Amino acid sequence: MIKRSFVGLTTPSFEYSVKDSSISGPQKVAPSKTVRLIIESPFSRSIALKAGNEVKTGQRLCIGNACAVSGVTGKIASVERYVNQAGKACTAVVIEVAASEQIDDAFANACRSNPRKAAQEFLANAPGNPPMSLFDEDKGLDTVVICGADQDLDVVTQQQVLEQSTDAVQKGIAAIKKITGISNIVAVAPQSLMQKAGSIGASAKVVSNAYPAANPYWVMKDIIGKVVPAGKSWEDLGVCIMSAEAAASIGRAFDEGKTPAEKIITVVKKNGSKLLVSARIGTLFSDVFAAAGISVSGGDRIIVGGPMTGYAAYAEDQAVEAGTDAIMVQGASDITPVSDYPCINCGECARICPAKIQVNMLVRFCEAAKYQDAADLYDLYSCIECGLCSYVCVSRMPIFQYIKLAKHELARMNTAEATND
Amino acid sequence: MTNQKKFIVSHAPFWHDGSCISARSYHTMLAALPALLFGIFQYGMPAVGVVTFSIGCAMLWEVILNFAMKRSVSIGDGNAAVIGLLLAMLLPATAPWWFVVVGTFLAIVVGKMIYGGIGGNSFNPVVVAIAILGISWSNVLDFNEAYINYDFSFAMLYPLATLKAYGVSAVSGFNAGDLLMGKQIGGIGATFGLGLIIGGIYLIIRGFIRWEIAVSFLVGVFVTAMLFNMADSSKYAGAGFHLLTGYTLIGAFFLASEDSSSPVNFVPMILYGLFAGLMTVLIRNIGAYIDGVIYAILVANLLSPVLDKIRPKVIGKVA
Repeated sequence: MIKRSFVGLTTPSFEYSVKDSSISGPQKVAPSKTVRLIIESPFSRSIALKAGNEVKTGQRLCIGNACAVSGVTGKIASVERYVNQAGKACTAVVIEVAASEQIDDAFANACRSNPRKAAQEFLANAPGNPPMSLFDEDKGLDTVVICGADQDLDVVTQQQVLEQSTDAVQKGIAAIKKITGISNIVAVAPQSLMQKAGSIGASAKVVSNAYPAANPYWVMKDIIGKVVPAGKSWEDLGVCIMSAEAAASIGRAFDEGKTPAEKIITVVKKNGSKLLVSARIGTLFSDVFAAAGISVSGGDRIIVGGPMTGYAAYAEDQAVEAGTDAIMVQGASDITPVSDYPCINCGECARICPAKIQVNMLVRFCEAAKYQDAADLYDLYSCIECGLCSYVCVSRMPIFQYIKLAKHELARMNTAEATND
Repeated sequence: MTNQKKFIVSHAPFWHDGSCISARSYHTMLAALPALLFGIFQYGMPAVGVVTFSIGCAMLWEVILNFAMKRSVSIGDGNAAVIGLLLAMLLPATAPWWFVVVGTFLAIVVGKMIYGGIGGNSFNPVVVAIAILGISWSNVLDFNEAYINYDFSFAMLYPLATLKAYGVSAVSGFNAGDLLMGKQIGGIGATFGLGLIIGGIYLIIRGFIRWEIAVSFLVGVFVTAMLFNMADSSKYAGAGFHLLTGYTLIGAFFLASEDSSSPVNFVPMILYGLFAGLMTVLIRNIGAYIDGVIYAILVANLLSPVLDKIRPKVIGKVA
């Protein structure tokens, strides 16, 4: 953890971790007994998935339009309610892993008839979460950015993929070009991986090591040269941003004719040391911890994703998902609790904000639940969600949480208004 | 589920740089020590009495208000102690006990807690208290009267009062070196210029106050005083005199830079400091009051929210 320096006059700067030889792996982690897949659709008793059903590797498990692709062969042990970290009602499918693996050939068949449709149906929760808008012709995308830099501090997953699976990324880029017809592919990577980024059939651009340079909004501003207007996304500007791992997944899927399921994860131990593991999607955190030699106890914090933008898991039997780039464990003594103190107006947040938002004012509006005013007067929607404001807050306010809550509440109010009309 | 481990679940970010309000308060007090110790050395035990009583009273008022407002006790953050300390540093060592009680009441209750506590006050609590005390009991804050029973090796005249009453020629005896080394009478912790500067630089380097405010305040005082002096040097004292007398230095490093009542953006901080500096000299030179720092900072505090509307263009802002 980077602490405030003795000289506090200048704003502190944070740098991304660079993958070096001290980080071992990837170590293969096999699911011990069960895996847990999340389908983003609410649980109901009437769904077709039932305990006892046989599942093959690569088989789609669907509830309505939402699907998950199983990464293992086995038998469904249970189907449960699950609420994800964004508060969305989902369904968890627990699969008991069988000893021998059988590959479902549905994807291979689908590929032969319509690769675009196959990608949309089978690759949405492949490792790295390939964005499905890429295969949507109506989006009018003209540029694809493959990001070989990690989005958060202490994470080296994407660097690992770009370095070690260069072939798969290259094949993925070729597949994307072929399926979508988009020819403008940009590979973004840190300086150390520029050689790799230049060799995969895309125009290589270097991304700075200073956090939050690899944030999609900052990639758009500094590398693509288009500033994303407040409240819009990069896709509105015709750019699709995906991780190197997503490209590698697409590459492997079309090369091997089966859906990939091995996710590369950076595991950060309590003492801050890192290792890389490779695990099937759905592998329980407890299996990952056992393989990495981490013992967790009550009062610790399990962080999914990086220290700035990740989320905290509440149980060890939560599972690796397609976007789980990192799992971090923090010992109870390393946790700085947030406080209920008000803002003292020191201005540290406003000075560190990369988007130059007046955070000290914004947080006052958010605290008072004046979300619309926060958006209109103090640029709520310009926030790029880097988390730096909370990091430096002297009052230790959960500023980032207030901002996310404000966005969430506004979205909810807008949907409610739209349905009332 | 019953035997499950209970993990800490919270929102990102999961790291923090370790800064906290109490560290800020304690470092402010540490920075005030050189000037304070000098004051205690000069005025003896009465000064110790005023300082300790003031800190104690300020904390007590905050606790009483915490209970009255049904809030959790907040004196642990050290802010009340800082307010008590700074208030005492502005008072004469001879201030009577009731004066300290009333002063800390004004600072903590009227200046801070009725706005909702730390962070809510739009004026610096210490400045509010001194302003009200100065209007209500100007005789107690009259330093010439206060130190009538003391005998020092230097001129026993409050420089600013002398300037006001007898003009520039009367203060020609004060030289900058003596003023800087504290050879003047005044508030317990407000006379030792060198100590205040050392404390202020410490706070700036550690990032506990902003250099923009302190420097622009001093520049504002210096430039305005210099212009007056150039216009008529027989009527208006020089810039150096204004910088080193009265509450100028403690105002620049400890009062004007208070977080809650000052702006946070670069340009507003500069304007805020310059304005407070300008007002200080205007009040001293053509106003009715002897020292302008207190009222200048109050007026600047008032402007702070408006000044903070001058802000950089947000990246991604539409229109």
